[in-house]
Amino acid sequence: MSAWRSAGLLTGAAITALMVAVALVALVWTPYPPTAIDIPHKLAGLSAAHPLGTDPLGRDVLSMLMAGAHASLSVALIAVVVGAGLGVPLGALAAARGGWMDDALMRAADLAFAFPALLTAVMITALAGPGAANAMLAIGIFNIPVFARVTRGSARGLWQRDFVLAARTSGRGDIAITVLHILPNIAAVLLVQATIQFALAIVAEAGLSYVGLGTQPPQPSWGRMLNDAQTYIFRAPLLAVFPGAAITLSVLGLNLLGDGLQDLLDPRVRRQR
Amino acid sequence: MTTYLLRRLAILLLTLLAASLVVFIVLQVLPGDPAALMLGTGAREDTLAALRARLGLDAPLPLRYLRWAGGMLLGDFGVSYTYGVPVADLIRQRVAVSLPLAAMAIVLSTAIAIPTGVWAASRRGRASDAAAMGVAQIGVALPNFWLGILLVLAFAVKLPWFPASGFPGWAAGPRPALAALILPAIALALPQAAILARVTRAAVLETLGEDFVRTARAKGLTQRAALWRHAVPNALIPVVTLLGLQFSFLLAGTVIIENVFTLPGLGRLVFQAITQRDLIVVQDLVVLLACSVIMVNFAVDLAAAWLDPRLRASAT
Repeated sequence: MSAWRSAGLLTGAAITALMVAVALVALVWTPYPPTAIDIPHKLAGLSAAHPLGTDPLGRDVLSMLMAGAHASLSVALIAVVVGAGLGVPLGALAAARGGWMDDALMRAADLAFAFPALLTAVMITALAGPGAANAMLAIGIFNIPVFARVTRGSARGLWQRDFVLAARTSGRGDIAITVLHILPNIAAVLLVQATIQFALAIVAEAGLSYVGLGTQPPQPSWGRMLNDAQTYIFRAPLLAVFPGAAITLSVLGLNLLGDGLQDLLDPRVRRQR
Repeated sequence: MTTYLLRRLAILLLTLLAASLVVFIVLQVLPGDPAALMLGTGAREDTLAALRARLGLDAPLPLRYLRWAGGMLLGDFGVSYTYGVPVADLIRQRVAVSLPLAAMAIVLSTAIAIPTGVWAASRRGRASDAAAMGVAQIGVALPNFWLGILLVLAFAVKLPWFPASGFPGWAAGPRPALAALILPAIALALPQAAILARVTRAAVLETLGEDFVRTARAKGLTQRAALWRHAVPNALIPVVTLLGLQFSFLLAGTVIIENVFTLPGLGRLVFQAITQRDLIVVQDLVVLLACSVIMVNFAVDLAAAWLDPRLRASAT
């Protein structure tokens, strides 16, 4: 592993840790309440009182960005947990059983790939109205086939290996072998994939909130802030810069972390992107 | 090859059928009464009954599915509830914006990514390779809708070269129409190009280590000729596959980017339809977009099999 790569890993880990810390701090403290409207101080420039200025309703941009980090990371986290929680068992099942079960599950995964998170979110919103839960669900559903494919792909080869055959000869069932032998051996691959999906989920959440299918106002979110900022792009261009920079920085951090982890854990793993 | 083609074709038809069933079940069966979903909770019973009759909701579910899916196959997409015009007409107008936009984005991202990826691979480990891949790393992280807003800031607000939003229509001539599509196409293309360039570089590096490239060098070809004649064509298979996978992201991106630039494309249409609870339009658009993803990936699989005969045998 080169010094260049480990520098990437450290930078990625630092950025990610910073984002998580900001999201956690936002739970208990932000400079101002992120939804507090203060019309007399609207569209204020950068100052000591408002380090990143205020928006058209006089809300403190720094506070909104911090609260947005919390909204963004929690949607992404739940979407990854949903995707891995259902996708990993399904992929492990396909790998363990093979045959028609494997075929059926993989064809179902192909089908699910035809519905990008955006289309699923469109359907859910048409059905049940907009909300942050839609975004989590839509991105989570999109993540299921991703995790199923990666799990199945990495687990299938392992089923031919000697240590699995040994476990089988000693009378272990499919489930026990999967839990005791298969999953620990593919944990690294899954961790890297989770990092990639986490980054994709942050972008997806921001995109859905931007078009109004995700987090709803007054709840602050980076995508929503970008949408609001666009109306005032001639008067206050900086408002459109900060939330996008926050999204880009988080995604960059997670991608660097994912690349670094991949090299660290298993140099032979091919990227699943 | 014929057996392979027939099997792929059968899988394609089944996947399209399954996708249309999923959309039908989610939007027509799950709501219970689609008429009530469209009219909201305050609707009067006689209005509801009238809408049910108009939409043919009294028929049994299998018949309703067949009418809808069969109609779509024949080009009859139903009538929009809010616009009162055939959905097929609405879609035809909007496709004239979305399709050129998506095509421009694909051409642009491929035109940037493949030469950059090959160039970076040929200078592996040098400062220029590191710089190109550093830029790509940032490009991958850029959300396209934010890039779109930044482009508006730079090239419509600060330098008034392009319109910030809107679309003059193709009737006004190709020049103003293309000018309105350039910034959105760039916003869509650059993040895709970054991913594609990274994969191209990795694929070319892999083939550069193969025996046939060494043989080409040994028989006297220059490094450049070996690269372009032997390494690059063989590296294209994963690149083509990735292009197919990126299509669904491109589609979602187009839908969002149309909202950034208020372009009257399919993306705007789908959001207007949601706001107005125009269920038929939502249903038609979702199934159309999902089917286009399925068909593009089918085409990409065929292209990959054509490029690499080994895949024909192993592909299922």
